[in-house]
Amino acid sequence: MKVMVPVKRVVDYNVKVRVKSDGTGVETANVKMSMNPFDEIGIEEALRLKEAGSATEVIAVSCGPAACQETLRTALALGADRAILVQTDVELQPLAVAKLLKALVDKEQPKMAIVGKQAIDDDCNQTGQMLSALLGWSQATFASKVKVDGDKLTVTREVDGGLETINITLPAVITTDLRLNEPRYVTLPNIMKAKKKPLETLTPEALGVDVTPRLITLKVAEPPTRKAGIKVPDVKALVDKLKNEAKVIS
Amino acid sequence: MSTLVIADHDNQALKGATRNTIAAASRLGSDVVVLVAGSGCQAVAQSAAAVAGVSKVLLADSPHYKDGLPESLADFVVGLAGGGQYGHILASATAFGKSVAPRIAALLDVAQVSEIISVESPDTFVRPIYAGNAFATVQSKDRIKVITVRATGFDAAAANGGTGIVESVAAGPDSGKSALVGRELTKSDRPELTAAKVIVSGGRGMGSAEAFKVLEPLADKLGAAMGASRAAVDAGYVPNDWQVGQTGKIVAPELYFAVGISGAIQHLAGMKDSRVIVAINKDEEAPIFSVADYGIVGDLFQVVPELVKELG
Ligand SMILES: Cc1cc2nc3c(=O)[nH]c(=O)nc-3n(C[C@H](O)[C@H](O)[C@H](O)COP(=O)(O)OP(=O)(O)OC[C@H]3O[C@@H](n4cnc5c(N)ncnc54)[C@H](O)[C@@H]3O)c2cc1C
Ligand SMILES: Cc1cc2nc3c(=O)[nH]c(=O)nc-3n(C[C@H](O)[C@H](O)[C@H](O)COP(=O)(O)OP(=O)(O)OC[C@H]3O[C@@H](n4cnc5c(N)ncnc54)[C@H](O)[C@@H]3O)c2cc1C
Repeated sequence: MKVMVPVKRVVDYNVKVRVKSDGTGVETANVKMSMNPFDEIGIEEALRLKEAGSATEVIAVSCGPAACQETLRTALALGADRAILVQTDVELQPLAVAKLLKALVDKEQPKMAIVGKQAIDDDCNQTGQMLSALLGWSQATFASKVKVDGDKLTVTREVDGGLETINITLPAVITTDLRLNEPRYVTLPNIMKAKKKPLETLTPEALGVDVTPRLITLKVAEPPTRKAGIKVPDVKALVDKLKNEAKVIS
Repeated sequence: MSTLVIADHDNQALKGATRNTIAAASRLGSDVVVLVAGSGCQAVAQSAAAVAGVSKVLLADSPHYKDGLPESLADFVVGLAGGGQYGHILASATAFGKSVAPRIAALLDVAQVSEIISVESPDTFVRPIYAGNAFATVQSKDRIKVITVRATGFDAAAANGGTGIVESVAAGPDSGKSALVGRELTKSDRPELTAAKVIVSGGRGMGSAEAFKVLEPLADKLGAAMGASRAAVDAGYVPNDWQVGQTGKIVAPELYFAVGISGAIQHLAGMKDSRVIVAINKDEEAPIFSVADYGIVGDLFQVVPELVKELG
């Protein structure tokens, strides 16, 4: 079984983003970019499936500008077998990404796609579910444990009240939650090896996918800032403030 | 045209977040119709019909809707909405809503607007991006707008006072693509995290699952829900569903205690809209103090018991 893992290039989670002064977006020039952390978890899960003999090949794919090659090289260094970049400078929205991924699935015929539950930049939490719907596949979102038994998968999901376990059949889309695994680190020798692994570049046109954005961003603004409060010397002062100033307890 | 709200429920009761979503739907200027799909969920339909602003409830009662599995349900909603009578389809940004809504959008070939916190007009919405460090105003020109609603952005519609009618509709087919094996829900007598007026959260500073219990008397005293940072969850001190933050639960209680939590942006994203924030941390430089209304610098194992005593 081939496994496809989409990997998105995002602003690193340690960066505190700044809104551009003209309100068109956030500052991404000269900002550290990394693989979306949920996609590192996706790659790790696919590699473990391969190491356990359930998967035969791990294909990393990314959609976006040429710079996404870096993200794909990271995926290859982690252990993915090959990579595909769908290159475009158009602003990609989740529906467009899902359609591109569907076209790649049609071409490559994997039986499983492991997608991040959300990208930490746009926080959409859509792409995997959309891909699953477009393919008519089974879906298991927010996975914290995946067990493969032939064509049957048992997936434990992180839901609002706790955990939920479902059975699904392949082909399927799984979206990763934080506790699915702890991704391995990239090592220097593997970075060198990754340079020799195949990285194919395609375009949305070649895949026959219209990626025109559906949503128009009218403006991007700073959220209202909270003003820092005060430090109180002891619990007596705290309780007094909570009762008499903030009036949140009685 | 009407607005369709997909109810989140457990076949017994409507989840609180659904009333926030109904409130958002009411801002769109069309009739609000609520879909209750489940099994043996007549009572849920009745309570949805009583929510202020609801004109009609569609009740689809069938065993294969019992567990809220997304594949069959999304197909069913697409069937309902295919005729074009709904201009908007809304779901709560809960684990359930997030699993179903994007499938519906994709099958209708429209975009989804995720986790809106405000309705500017029927086609323009505000949503936080980058862990709430920027607010994007987005416009959708799609014929049907599929939206998930962040509960903290809208005050819940009143549970009573509505005069909606309940109409039964025939269920769609069972896709058979997934099946529930079981649930391991966290048992607690405390209020639900996303609905609580007061939340007491602990972080890595708690040190262990055992030591985390030092927060319990404080939560008891305040009738609070308990939450945690990702670090505390990852370390196994508390269950996964306690995680507050960008990739956990988004909360906005009246009063939030952050105890032994440093204040990483991912954590702040989940709680900085709380009305009053109290931080207890031994590091006076901890970033949590930059959003806290009241901070105490000190050892939590000393401060928390003292606080419980002071509360009487
Ligand atoms: C204000 C604003 C400004 C934007 N500016 C730009 C811009 O300058 N340049 C630009 O290219 N886009 C831009 N976008 C689009 C944006 O970066 C996303 O590609 C798009 O919105 C998808 O949302 P998401 O990644 O949050 O989806 P989610 O559904 O949260 O993503 C979940 C998962 O889907 C997969 N995935 C998502 N996108 C990709 C991808 N591209 N390649 C591979 N896998 C993927 C990953 O596995 C990811 O973990 C902008 C969007 C907004 C709202
Ligand atoms: C993709 C991604 C998603 C994430 N999503 C989330 C999320 O949703 N929610 C979330 O919370 N985090 C999230 N994180 C993690 C986040 O970046 C931080 O690592 C995490 O919030 C830190 O938790 P903490 O504050 O408990 O731990 P730390 O940062 O280690 O802070 C512990 C604090 O406890 C204090 N302390 C220690 N002992 C005592 C004592 N005896 N008395 C008083 N104070 C004490 C210390 O001074 C310190 O400030 C995410 C990270 C990534 C990469």
